[in-house]
Amino acid sequence: MLSFLTMNEWSPYAVGIGIGLLSCLTFVLSDKPIGCSTAFARTSGMLEEIVRGRKVRDMAYYRQFVPEIDWEWMLVLGVFLGACTSALLSGEFRLEWVPSLWATTFGSEHLPRLVTAFCGGIIMGFGARWAGGCTSGHGISGTLQLAVSGWLAVAAFFASGGLTAYIKYALGG
Amino acid sequence: MFSALHSNKSLQLVIGLGIGFFFGFLLQKGNVTEYDVIVGQLLFRDFTVVKIMVTAMVTGMVGVHILRELGLAQLHPKPGSLGMTLVGGLIFGVGFAVLGYCPGTIAAAVGQGKMDAAVGGLTGIIVGAGLYAHAFPYLSRTILPRGDFGAQTFPELLRVNPWVIIIPLSAALIGLLYWLERAGM
Repeated sequence: MLSFLTMNEWSPYAVGIGIGLLSCLTFVLSDKPIGCSTAFARTSGMLEEIVRGRKVRDMAYYRQFVPEIDWEWMLVLGVFLGACTSALLSGEFRLEWVPSLWATTFGSEHLPRLVTAFCGGIIMGFGARWAGGCTSGHGISGTLQLAVSGWLAVAAFFASGGLTAYIKYALGG
Repeated sequence: MFSALHSNKSLQLVIGLGIGFFFGFLLQKGNVTEYDVIVGQLLFRDFTVVKIMVTAMVTGMVGVHILRELGLAQLHPKPGSLGMTLVGGLIFGVGFAVLGYCPGTIAAAVGQGKMDAAVGGLTGIIVGAGLYAHAFPYLSRTILPRGDFGAQTFPELLRVNPWVIIIPLSAALIGLLYWLERAGM
């Protein structure tokens, strides 16, 4: 009866309905939209505080996003645990250094992929905080609230993401 | 109605963890923890991301607005401006395509054992967010306030009842999904 829990993959429509219902539940239980990217800003602030001390909390940005564990930080931890549980149940958990689409174009050496992922992460982390949200906070929660910011952000994400991916693969190899 | 629940800080941390757990479970079952699926979407080769996002949008849009009518939910639209949302969004998109995960799916990808996400991507996002915190005072004086439109929703902007937008928009989005399936994508 619980075999759906051990399936490798669910229909994208079932997953989408699940995420939509989970968003509704989040508004009721927590009075918040689902989002992920502030957790990374707070983590960064917490790490900087270890190095530079309390004065980090006086920075304008960290007065707004206090570097401490909050609701959204716990949500991101939950995402990690939930995905891990799902992958363990289906037997899909395995350590993988280089994704196959990357390997077919750029080769299977670890270092180029890690360096690219790190650089991509820097750009994305910077952009997410600049835009005030990510694919979750703007892309799902913003659009479903019919927020002007959400629809504009998701259009920008996919326009420049599509162009960058095209340059990276279609022209690069 | 749920204000006692909302103001219980430690309980909220547990609820956040629980919601995240289900979110991560769904993301993994939806295959969007895969670099190939996310970059495949950006290259218009794989439409899993669009199918999940659009279905979640329609379900959430209808559901949240019903809850709002019933007095069980309040909207929290994010503020924005062209300088903030558009410029930041364009930067985000470049990183999104280069990294191949987003801030939510990367946490799920790490949970599934993706080491490029754990070692490269996650550290990159933390560094990028930290750099932004340092750039923030300068940006908030210069680019961010340009073209400010506030924390508005389309029904507020157009001064219409939300359902005037939700019903045709949901129909159009379902039509898009139907068309994608018909086209075999």
